[in-house]
Amino acid sequence: MDGIIKGKVVVAGTARALLLASHEPLSFWGGYDQATGEIIDRRHPLSGEIGTGKIMAVPFTRGSSTTTGILIESVRAGVAPAGIITTEPDSYLALASIVADEMYSKSFPVIAVGQKAFGRFKSGMEIEITEEGEILFIEEAGKER
Amino acid sequence: MSLRLSDSDQAALGGENGPGTSMAMSILVRMAGVYGVSELMDITAAHIDSSIYMGIATMEYAERLVDLGARVSVPSTLNVSGVDEHGWQEWSVPKQHAENARRQMVAYEAMGCIPTWTCAPYQTEHRPVFGQQIAAGESNAICFYNSVIGARTERYPDLLDICAAITGRVPATGLHLEENRAGTVLLQLIEIPLALQDDDSFYPVLGYLIGGLEPDGVPVIAGVEANVTEDRHKAICAGAATAGAVALYHLVGSTPEAGTIEQAFHGRAVDKTIEIHMHQLVGAYRRLTTASSEALDMVVLGSPHFSLDEFRTLAPLLEGKARDSDVEFLVTCSRSIRMIADELGLLESLKSFGGRITVDTCPLATPMLPERIKRLMTNSAKYAYYSPGLLNTEVSYGSLQDCVRSAVEGRVIRDDSLWMV
Repeated sequence: MDGIIKGKVVVAGTARALLLASHEPLSFWGGYDQATGEIIDRRHPLSGEIGTGKIMAVPFTRGSSTTTGILIESVRAGVAPAGIITTEPDSYLALASIVADEMYSKSFPVIAVGQKAFGRFKSGMEIEITEEGEILFIEEAGKER
Repeated sequence: MSLRLSDSDQAALGGENGPGTSMAMSILVRMAGVYGVSELMDITAAHIDSSIYMGIATMEYAERLVDLGARVSVPSTLNVSGVDEHGWQEWSVPKQHAENARRQMVAYEAMGCIPTWTCAPYQTEHRPVFGQQIAAGESNAICFYNSVIGARTERYPDLLDICAAITGRVPATGLHLEENRAGTVLLQLIEIPLALQDDDSFYPVLGYLIGGLEPDGVPVIAGVEANVTEDRHKAICAGAATAGAVALYHLVGSTPEAGTIEQAFHGRAVDKTIEIHMHQLVGAYRRLTTASSEALDMVVLGSPHFSLDEFRTLAPLLEGKARDSDVEFLVTCSRSIRMIADELGLLESLKSFGGRITVDTCPLATPMLPERIKRLMTNSAKYAYYSPGLLNTEVSYGSLQDCVRSAVEGRVIRDDSLWMV
């Protein structure tokens, strides 16, 4: 796919992985299994998918302030996403990455791209996040969901 | 926008107040960059949601801060923990979990926090006052403090609330600032029967519906004619902050910054109105239930934690009755509310009914439920929302009266008449 998305760096880092994308916001507490990386919110379209090692694109986090706790547990357990993309900067996701860095010297990039660009993301695409917050489309798997 | 730190912020960051404060300030300063603010500001109280034990990482985080000598610098209440400290043995809590969760409790107490252990800290004597600048975690408490009390807090994530409490500082942004507290969208109730509004089971559904509308900014709710008690506001907060990210709402004629619609919108024109009709509420009411049958294993009440008034309502409902032997009946509340309820004799009928109480925590935050519990019933939108994912159970939503009747009969029974118009 043509075109690079220039996102806003919320927490800097790099990642290259398959996308797991949804237009539904997600609470990681009650929504993300910290031991397996499975999406466990049974009312969410991504229910049953695995976030581990993928770049997750969700518009924002909803609800619980425990989202950060779940994410640092998943970093420690090695089942965290490789990166997270949202529409607007999300402080909960940013904090999880910053604390994971302070505690375990392991962080993941958090990038905000705005609503319009967000609409281009589809699960199964392979993308790369650069240190500068650019998002490159490596190949489009063409998998619609 | 670049961040300007005060001299004392710089000193704290540089380690003048010890390495624990320095770590907290470092995280806070990095987050100030995320929020894009130019300065930090003072707070005078905090509510710490980081107390919830999620696993080794949250425990290690608390113990790292303690090892580095961190202490809170403002009065800081504690949210639920990961274990009922003195009652966990009655349930199926794994011993290792209980030990770790308790280590985390000890760590937060060692930092000087007040051991309130409740997700409803506004039911304690430590609640803030109107206009007070605070830092709160726990989504329902954030919403309640902002909306119902008029204290000022942003939506603080776990792990950041404690950094704010240690340093006494927060990024100067969001709902801390008067200009950001104006209403942005009017939610107008249209012809909602007063009989339904007068029923407590209306408010969790209203909150859940409002959260699901994903209102941008600060919703202003108009058209509620019934008396909205603190418990009803609690239910709205729990629903709205669970299904959405609502951190402040105004309810015209009830909350302190909304004497009128004009006041709620700070005198500005209302440029967006969403009507709320009965059919949307009925839809939300139905969505709170995932169960496909009448089968029932447990009734669970008290998310957020049960209040004294709720115990006053519950006690006579249980008088002279007993639960079905196959249906557990659990109420979750704080230690202090249990103590007061006990003093007032409000727990007698609960005991003879066969009900139990868990304090300090709740089934969403501690792995206490036996394997056989697969079908829950509750009057809480928050329990209803989270239990399918977190507890792998089906759930039925109903009024407090429905919950009691179902526990007695051993199957889900609901009086839907108020919803069938």
